[in-house]
Amino acid sequence: MLMISRLAVVDANRCVGCQLCMFACNRRFGMGGLARSSIQVRSVGGIEHGFTVVVCRACPDPPCAKVCPTDALRIRRGGGVILDQSKCIGCGLCVKACPFGAVFWDYESNKPEICVHCGYCANYCPHGVLKMEVLSA
Amino acid sequence: MSLPTRVLYVDLTKKVFHVEDRRDLFENYIGGVGVASKLLLEECPKGADPLGPENPIIFAIGPLTGLFPLASKTVAMFKSPLTGNLGESHAGGRSAVSIRMAGYGAIVIKGASEHPVYLSIYNDKVYFRDALALWGVRSSFTIGRVLRELEPYPGFRTIMRIGRAGENLVRYASVITETYRHFGRLGLGAVFGSKKLKAVVISGSSTIKVNDMKRYREVYDNIYNLSVKSPIMKKYHDLGTPANVNPLNLMKALPTMNLSQAYFEKAEEISGEALAEKYLGRRVACGHCPTACIHIAALREPYEDEPYFYKTTMISYDYELIYSLGSMLGIGTPEGLLKLIDEVEIQGLDAISTGVVLAWATEMLQRGLISEKETNNLKLQWGDYSTYIKAVRFIVNQPNDFYKALARGVEYASSIYGGKDFALAFGSNEMAGYHTGPLFYGTLLTGARHSHLDSAGYSFDEKNVKSHLTPTPEDGASMILNEEIWRQILTSLVICLFARGIYDEKIVKDALSIVGLNMDGATLKQKGLEILRMKYEFKLREGFDPKNLRIPKRITETETPLGKIDEEYLKSLINNYFSKLQLTSLPP
Repeated sequence: MLMISRLAVVDANRCVGCQLCMFACNRRFGMGGLARSSIQVRSVGGIEHGFTVVVCRACPDPPCAKVCPTDALRIRRGGGVILDQSKCIGCGLCVKACPFGAVFWDYESNKPEICVHCGYCANYCPHGVLKMEVLSA
Repeated sequence: MSLPTRVLYVDLTKKVFHVEDRRDLFENYIGGVGVASKLLLEECPKGADPLGPENPIIFAIGPLTGLFPLASKTVAMFKSPLTGNLGESHAGGRSAVSIRMAGYGAIVIKGASEHPVYLSIYNDKVYFRDALALWGVRSSFTIGRVLRELEPYPGFRTIMRIGRAGENLVRYASVITETYRHFGRLGLGAVFGSKKLKAVVISGSSTIKVNDMKRYREVYDNIYNLSVKSPIMKKYHDLGTPANVNPLNLMKALPTMNLSQAYFEKAEEISGEALAEKYLGRRVACGHCPTACIHIAALREPYEDEPYFYKTTMISYDYELIYSLGSMLGIGTPEGLLKLIDEVEIQGLDAISTGVVLAWATEMLQRGLISEKETNNLKLQWGDYSTYIKAVRFIVNQPNDFYKALARGVEYASSIYGGKDFALAFGSNEMAGYHTGPLFYGTLLTGARHSHLDSAGYSFDEKNVKSHLTPTPEDGASMILNEEIWRQILTSLVICLFARGIYDEKIVKDALSIVGLNMDGATLKQKGLEILRMKYEFKLREGFDPKNLRIPKRITETETPLGKIDEEYLKSLINNYFSKLQLTSLPP
């Protein structure tokens, strides 16, 4: 039976702001740099106050999918969405619909970047911020 | 493309900019220090006034930036207003990744604005923004806060800014980036100030194409695993650089009270261990570095005018600050030390230079060589941090000739007021905190920027203490010269020098091959030597002469763990260093 899991932000207070997760996300998809990240780390109004980690939380009933006019966002088993590039017209409604700001934008392809919950980034978080959570077996 | 080859040229006088592809620079000189040294020779006219519009500010990152962990530093080069010669300072934070993601390998800023401005650089766009209202603001923290709100793209940007020390042209003013990292040494902040440049915000988002993705991931994983699983970075992660306080003190190598002694009775109280236990509030990292060596203390203080009313100040501390603003000034209480560090941050000063300058001023007053007339009624005395806080403000505001002199560094101040024997500067740069033995001072004298990081002689001294061996001056010169040559490569990549134990020759070759630069060990060393000679070409052009290097008597009076420093040994070491370096234009 297929394991279904999601990427979880276990404890953002442990985040040191190194952004290795963001670089990992790009690498996973064949690039160096940061532009293709589906996860973002930024300070909470200055580094002295710590960091926030913004990433898709795998909503069971995701608002980004609801507002998509072309059904390009398919609901993923276990929550979240899978993007069908061929259907996406780049309208950006999904970006506005996510209250977490976890739908990012790839300006090169003019399409959204949304976490697919592969867990590659969690392998590069040495501080216990990110973890893969198994939802069901 | 894997190599960052684009150079952004900004002219603050005309308020114009353009971009050039300088593949030639990056293929020949790798990046970072190599590229910036070449740009400095190109852009800085001979005899330039360090505080004139002709002095360029050059930022450079390297081919590994944005691709590999620990490649987290930006190199700044300029003509130093403190030494009147080669200026080079490195900082982390998000600066390096942001410059790369904005699409640049280097940024050159020339000219001077008539009115205060700050620069916003977003990928291909450069905005000259009015900073009139930001000029003169009391605290550098406020500038950071305002710019965070004003400018977009949090998480993808660097915010470099100066405090009032930079505005007032204190020759060792720093440029602060991401609140807790600094281009600290040699006065880049004053160069910013002379150009009426309050801040530079750089952000961008881009990808870097890599030809062999599979190999890239392998090399990446190897470096990543070394950085988090091997013991190499653990010290920096656990206690950070302040882990050095206790060992150096026990070794009797911790400069204390203007190096009148090398042991501080209260070192334990301001050690990395004590600060971590009682004050450590958060550890943070530079962009693309898992180590998180930045240690930030949370100082909780009550307001005196109202019960149950507290403030908590977050203050970053490091070894060099504990030395320069702690032991060097006889300050042995953590609270006092942290408050003084905070004031230095607020004003935007280099902590090492500030501490050394104040230590000299204190001894001058104690010896009666100056009076409270000069100090503007401050009774400077070891351990009295609240008086030192006032003195820091006077260095910035410069209410009289004495503080004007202090604002130009201890070399200058002692040339006016005397006390040269205990004015602890080398090549006009105030010393870092390692009274370990002769090779540390060898580094300060021969290093291209007279910084302890040029060739880390203290590290050789520490090994020599364990083995009870002192090398001949000739061997000592070889050791520090070879180290300085290799460091030109590391700082051209640009990696953090804390990661020098990870980036050995093999790893450097592997990482460079990913970006299409194939260099063997001999080529790398040859490049390192070329870059170092290029720096000395600039130094000699600007009037450097090794014969003029001053050795303050104080360092020969206070015992090191390797015995007393012999001035003749140092002179011989200097001669050996320069004969090995084989500079063609060395004065006779």
